[in-house]
Amino acid sequence: MLDADFFRRWMTATAASVDREAERLTALDSPIGDADHGSNLQRGFHAVTAVLEKEAPATPGAVLVLAGRQLISTVGGASGPLYGTLLRRTGKALGEDAEVSEGQFADAFRAGVDAVMALGGAAPGDKTMIDALIPAVDALGDGFGAARAAAEEGALATTPLQARKGRASYLGERSIGHQDPGATSSSLLVAALAEANGE
Amino acid sequence: MRMLINVPETVVADALRGLAAAHPELTVDVENRVIVRRDAPVAGKVGLVSGGGSGHEPLHGGFVGPGMLSAACPGEVFTSPVPDQMVRAAAAVDSGAGVLFIVKNYTGDVLNFDMAAELAEDEGIQVAKVLVNDDVAVTDSLYTAGRRGTGATLFVEKIAGAAAEEGQPLERVESIARQVNENSRSFGVALSACTTYAKGSPTFDLPDGELELGIGIHGEPGRERRAMMTSREIADFAVHAVLDDMSPRNPVLLLVNGMGATPLLELYGFNAEVQRVLTERGVAVARTLVGNYVTSLDMAGASVTLCQVDEETLRLWDAPVKTAGLRWGM
Repeated sequence: MLDADFFRRWMTATAASVDREAERLTALDSPIGDADHGSNLQRGFHAVTAVLEKEAPATPGAVLVLAGRQLISTVGGASGPLYGTLLRRTGKALGEDAEVSEGQFADAFRAGVDAVMALGGAAPGDKTMIDALIPAVDALGDGFGAARAAAEEGALATTPLQARKGRASYLGERSIGHQDPGATSSSLLVAALAEANGE
Repeated sequence: MRMLINVPETVVADALRGLAAAHPELTVDVENRVIVRRDAPVAGKVGLVSGGGSGHEPLHGGFVGPGMLSAACPGEVFTSPVPDQMVRAAAAVDSGAGVLFIVKNYTGDVLNFDMAAELAEDEGIQVAKVLVNDDVAVTDSLYTAGRRGTGATLFVEKIAGAAAEEGQPLERVESIARQVNENSRSFGVALSACTTYAKGSPTFDLPDGELELGIGIHGEPGRERRAMMTSREIADFAVHAVLDDMSPRNPVLLLVNGMGATPLLELYGFNAEVQRVLTERGVAVARTLVGNYVTSLDMAGASVTLCQVDEETLRLWDAPVKTAGLRWGM
């Protein structure tokens, strides 16, 4: 079973991972976006870890709702609302239980990803964070390690795609050949799940 | 890179402190990043709130004041502001007559303003939104995020701002803003990439002797790269791109906009070429604005925006305006 402490570790691990990879995210964002994905997420997840230390919510759902709200209030751009919605809606779907099973989490995370698709209007293959999140959700039944591998593979698979959503879509065919920064940061988020679980 | 900054993290806050010092007629909330005209809320007047990433100055903070915006929310460099800023701005300018959000068509701006509109309505503020999407370089199809908002933002903010200043109701101000956007088209050209503070090096590599056609305002490359052209050739290309997408029946407003690093000497020379093409194509220019208004940090280059006007919109364009970045008639 997963408790509130697990979800706090997930957020802390994500923040640390975004810190480590900020330069790479920004470099990926440079040829097809505006070169700030790393610094924007860094600002947001620093704020998330700070607020979780201060408020320490008691349930898994409350941890994620608070983290999501904090991202919406601090990140800006498209990443703020999209990542914020992902965590908020996942948290809401978890309800008020003090502990949740991995299966419950998998269902809630799928609800979060669905909310992201509804908000951003992106479908699989549009070269967005969805291309890492959907494979991760599909693999969650086989454990966090499998989800991590699926998300990483999904992020790598965005390279040959043409962007249809977000700022990269303005480049048309010139977006082909670059790995999507949003899918890459999503794979970091999923990898941090495995890390929080000690995998 | 040599840049006149302290550290990248404080660039926006430092600029806001400087804006406040230069313009006591503005209320600048540096911590929450909201710029409001000092006399807001004005009784009976619709509030106009715009915002977007920083790095496009004078857009939007430089357009706050009588006759134009009531408030602006600057985000991080090239990053949309967050809903909290927009809600704060809406609350500061709402006199009960409602608030119009002017939003450029970028996914981040759209999502954050949508969330802000919901939150503001929860607080009892009536909110309308207008989306600016004038850039003809981007194909508007189901398969992209749609056209970008660029130079027409200035026309929308000025003309809707004048209508609001006259005391016109929210639905009328909104429909005027929408009409100005629909009647505007833009095309931009980059002669160099720009350098964002977060990255510290040019956002894309543009070799000497080449240029990017069809750029936006975020340091992203354009749709196409070609060998360097003369001002005359660029004007021909840009104006034709715009006119291929609109057939102005009335006289137009013309904005010849610098991207930030192109000197006015070059912009005026470019304007001469733009006016020549327009004359050749039989388009009458009612008013012309030349300068750096919707910029992209230190990018060199220019954009051309045309807005088809009628008597009413031209009158509103000519109405007095008093902001840091645009002022006439008062």
